[in-house]
Amino acid sequence: MTTGSSGAITPVVGPGVDVETVRTDFPVLHQMVNGKPLVYLDNASTSQKPQAVIDTLVQYYTMDNSNVHRGVHTLSQRATDHYEEARAKVRRFINAEADEEIIYVRGTTEGINLVAQTFGRQNVGEGDEIIVTAMEHHSNIVPWQILCQERGAHLKVIPITDSGELVMEEYERLLGPRTKLVSIVHQSNALGTVNPAKQITDMAHGLGVPVLVDGAQSAPHMTVDVQDLGCDFFVFSGHKLYGPTGIGVLYGRADLLNAMPPYQGGGEMIKSVTFEKTIYNDLPHKFEAGTPDIAGAIGLGTAIDYISNLGMSNIYNYERELLEYGTQRLSAIEGLQIIGTAREKAGVLSFVMEGIHPHDIGTILDTEGIAVRTGHHCAQPVMDRYEIPATARASLALYNTREEIDALVKGIDRTIEVFGRGL
Amino acid sequence: MPDVPDVTLEGLYGQMVLDHCRNPRNNVPLDAPDVEAEEFNPFCGDRVIYQLKLDQWGRVSGASARSEGCSIIRASASMMAELSTGRTLPELQGLSDSVRGMMQGRGIGDRPAADLGDLNALQAVRQYPVRIKCALLPWTALEVGVEMFLARQG
Repeated sequence: MTTGSSGAITPVVGPGVDVETVRTDFPVLHQMVNGKPLVYLDNASTSQKPQAVIDTLVQYYTMDNSNVHRGVHTLSQRATDHYEEARAKVRRFINAEADEEIIYVRGTTEGINLVAQTFGRQNVGEGDEIIVTAMEHHSNIVPWQILCQERGAHLKVIPITDSGELVMEEYERLLGPRTKLVSIVHQSNALGTVNPAKQITDMAHGLGVPVLVDGAQSAPHMTVDVQDLGCDFFVFSGHKLYGPTGIGVLYGRADLLNAMPPYQGGGEMIKSVTFEKTIYNDLPHKFEAGTPDIAGAIGLGTAIDYISNLGMSNIYNYERELLEYGTQRLSAIEGLQIIGTAREKAGVLSFVMEGIHPHDIGTILDTEGIAVRTGHHCAQPVMDRYEIPATARASLALYNTREEIDALVKGIDRTIEVFGRGL
Repeated sequence: MPDVPDVTLEGLYGQMVLDHCRNPRNNVPLDAPDVEAEEFNPFCGDRVIYQLKLDQWGRVSGASARSEGCSIIRASASMMAELSTGRTLPELQGLSDSVRGMMQGRGIGDRPAADLGDLNALQAVRQYPVRIKCALLPWTALEVGVEMFLARQG
């Protein structure tokens, strides 16, 4: 931060992100792993936390810990205020219309399951169809499979091209009178593809079909405006957005949420209970049974403050530039193939190497202090599509640098050195 | 700064491992095997198919292990196939116990310890806990195959 001429505090972001300053905010980055400075490139799995988020958790448990919406005492009031302030931050962050449309959940997975078990059970019947894409994370496949199995409904899949883009003509063909929901990933965790969520939503709405957008990977890296997207549900996780684990958000349009049956029963989600009849609470509490992850929610609010302060478009541009640099460096390595080359793509570099298994790449990179994910990234259908068992994946965040990309390239060179080419 | 023990590549990708990986032994499928098992790890796509032919005295007269996946499973499968020939099934079970013992850093069970030969080169895998399952997948195939065969024999 700096003091501008007007005396007001303005963030030092200018046209981009001041990455050196940002890095000082993330304590975990400053350590040696296997004798080398840590290069953390596994951000699509989970991101690191700025000191401000860590401090928020400590502050909450040190000073304010209490249950929410239950007590008249001061601590309970304080905890409730912070918890609800965080909800308002989330609302502003994704530009929802009202706080009551923000439901706290454990994460993206729970958000999708909630919609499947409530909206889904209410609206999907025998012979109905749900549309997903071929690049979904398992968490946006399995909840719908369970529902389809239960209801005798069918899951339809929008195919992808070799570069990892949706075949929109196929989507148009799949949309029909039996379609009850379209549930699509905004940004693919395995390929990095950013899908045209607004267009997808418009097309579905043309037939009156609601749309869920899985924003686990997009929300931390680009501006999300649910009203502009027009989607009916939007889900994301706190831990990929520089916030704590165990907290996430389901946004839903109020009219849909009001019409949906509750998800779990318990405290908080009721107005009155007798053994004869229970009256459910209003939104958002209707979907928040039990004591929630209060500290997590407040910590998520701080994480949102942190990235909002840097500016989502600054973050997007910075990561985009880094991705271009990484793409260029990795493409130059003989025998390395990048999986996922969509035109609209965010900070994911998924790759395979001729004759060297991703696990061997991951282990050798680890000895160089470089953290990448190897495996199927919970997206086995994507791996099947490309007929590969797994990839190595470097995924970027706002604190990564060009030097770290260089370290990755050096680590890959070392891998080739150990194994030789065309093993 | 947290005290994290350093892990080096020394040992893990040594010459012995890379040699078995580049030139897998006994990886030709057998006709009408007596013992056969396939193991698959969906997490990473590692796969191994293990086959044995037995002679009239119950000794392994032919062994084959075909594997797909990382260097560790490929080396482990190759070494396993090479060490299988000439042994009885209980001896193979003993060998498998020894390998598990080596990987998991525990005792070797009731069966007598076997000479691990080239397999000693896999000792370094112990320092990479997430990779132990790669090294052990072929041995799971061996154990399952032998148990199924013995169960069939009554």
